[in-house]
Amino acid sequence: MTSDIIHMQAIRKVYDTGKIKVEALKGIDLAVKPGEFVAIVGPSGSGKSTLMNLIGCLDTPTDGRYQLGGEDVSTLDRDALADVRNRRVGFVFQGFNLLPQISAFENVEMPLVFGGVGLRERKQRVTELLDRVGLGDRMEHKPTELSGGQMQRVAIARALAMRPDVILADEPTGNLDTSAGGDIMQLFADLWAQGKTLVVITHDMTLARRASRVVEVRDGRIIRDVASAEVA
Amino acid sequence: MSDILRQLIRDVRSQKLRTFLTVFGIVWGTVAVTLLLAFGRGLHKQMIKNSAGLGDRIAIAWPALTSIPFEGLGRGRRIRVREEHIEAVRRQTPGIVAISSEYNETLKLHYGMKTVAVDVSGVDSSFGAMRNLIPEAGGRFINPIDVRENRRALFLGDKIAKDIFGKSPAVGKTVIFGGSPFLIVGVLQEKVQNSSYNSRDEGRAYMPGTTFRALTGAKYVNNFIYQPVSPSESESVTAAVRATLARALRFDPKDKEALSVWDTAEQFKFLDVFFLSFRLFLGIVGCFTLIVGGIGVSNIMNVVVEERTKEIGIKMALGARQRWIMRQFLFETILITALGGAIGFAISFAICFAVPKLGATEFVGDPEISLSVAALTALVLGATGLLAGYFPAREASRLDPVVAMKL
Repeated sequence: MTSDIIHMQAIRKVYDTGKIKVEALKGIDLAVKPGEFVAIVGPSGSGKSTLMNLIGCLDTPTDGRYQLGGEDVSTLDRDALADVRNRRVGFVFQGFNLLPQISAFENVEMPLVFGGVGLRERKQRVTELLDRVGLGDRMEHKPTELSGGQMQRVAIARALAMRPDVILADEPTGNLDTSAGGDIMQLFADLWAQGKTLVVITHDMTLARRASRVVEVRDGRIIRDVASAEVA
Repeated sequence: MSDILRQLIRDVRSQKLRTFLTVFGIVWGTVAVTLLLAFGRGLHKQMIKNSAGLGDRIAIAWPALTSIPFEGLGRGRRIRVREEHIEAVRRQTPGIVAISSEYNETLKLHYGMKTVAVDVSGVDSSFGAMRNLIPEAGGRFINPIDVRENRRALFLGDKIAKDIFGKSPAVGKTVIFGGSPFLIVGVLQEKVQNSSYNSRDEGRAYMPGTTFRALTGAKYVNNFIYQPVSPSESESVTAAVRATLARALRFDPKDKEALSVWDTAEQFKFLDVFFLSFRLFLGIVGCFTLIVGGIGVSNIMNVVVEERTKEIGIKMALGARQRWIMRQFLFETILITALGGAIGFAISFAICFAVPKLGATEFVGDPEISLSVAALTALVLGATGLLAGYFPAREASRLDPVVAMKL
């Protein structure tokens, strides 16, 4: 057993499109401890998004061992994986991935519905979370009625809803202008300060510098894993 | 459970056009098929009713001239049937339920200042039931006592009764008919009749055959009608009637012209066959309508799943299990089907309720909804939608969330 939240050993991922086999990850060893803020950087096509999807149990590795919160998730079936995604991981996507037809409140409520949280507690948690990301007055607005920065804050509130072990963010500032991006970075920094564990994929070196640790991925391998102070 | 319901209402509300189209597809299919078959059924019943205006599967026979020489007698001899021959046929033909002779004449009818010439038939009491001469309330047809006692009783067609008495009741009045006083015992209830052999019953009068013979001195029947036990035996019964008369009146039993017979049961058989094929036709049209409707519904469901694959992906990423996603789709389809079916039925019922009020009943009949057909229609459409929605939804919920989200 290990105290790591994320513990990956020799993780490989091969995409088999029939004719061509693409080896996106060629053996990743990664361990993340509670309270860390890890930035994963690397050029596009390096495999960092694939790594992110595997960490979040959105996809399954071709081989290797993966323990999430001490639980071996490489052997779980679909329903168990759904539960893991629901309880252990909170996602923030580049494209927000909010459901467009329903309100901010209902979007944040969704993982709580899947997690079987009762109506009264849902209402309380969602209200609290939206207040915390500064959208207490926008709860009934639909995503289309919000700005990009506001949408991403709804997504962060949604990621926090089930009080997950780790927050995963894939280019969270990629679709935002500098000022909105800065707000989101600040929000992540605040979450880290509150003791959350964060893994963020980013191009944005400003954001990477705020992290406690920077992991650089290239060609499906980790080529550098250092404390952020060492990043030039 | 309530979460699913809330989710459902939310989805339906947020996808108004899509929901509307699906519901419309089911409504359209249900209405088209139920109405098609309802009108077919109504028309069939009406045709039977129209034909039954002439009589209840009876045969009408006219004695005429022989066409084949028989036992030394030449052709062209007139066959004259008297009441005793009718009696003989009644006794000797086992397949006959009822038989009545009919004597015809046109006599003058006086009532107050009015005088009209009326076609009258002298008949037996069984004539009324055979020919579907149903009296209006308060009256009756000629009965056996009238016949036995040569009563001067008269049964009037509704049109004649209206011409003479207007709106005041005719039953119980006495008129002078053919020079003798007659008591009006009944008036024909208005009926639908699309064929006749003398004239339509609404314009005729009927009296007991015995009274008729006494009044006019007629000896020979004009024609007679009889009813076989069942329409399928009408041919053998007619042959037996011919044989009996041929023996009594000495003509060749094979001589079809000596006694010409109009078997209305034939007509019913034809109607049955005709409507069987007509309904088959409507059924096929209905099936195609259903198929087209089903394709529409399944198309929409397909599109629904396709455009919602991303949504499914997001939900799975947030921890929705496959079951949860499938349940949502099934619930949605069931709700939409039930709604569409209900609206379709309501429209069909409304139309079937309204049509009889347009006054075209005599020609097209009153459409009649078959509940089983309607239920089956909605069920088929629903099942189509369900299948069409189920498989793509299952496919989508089996994708890895990443893949589904990127679509």
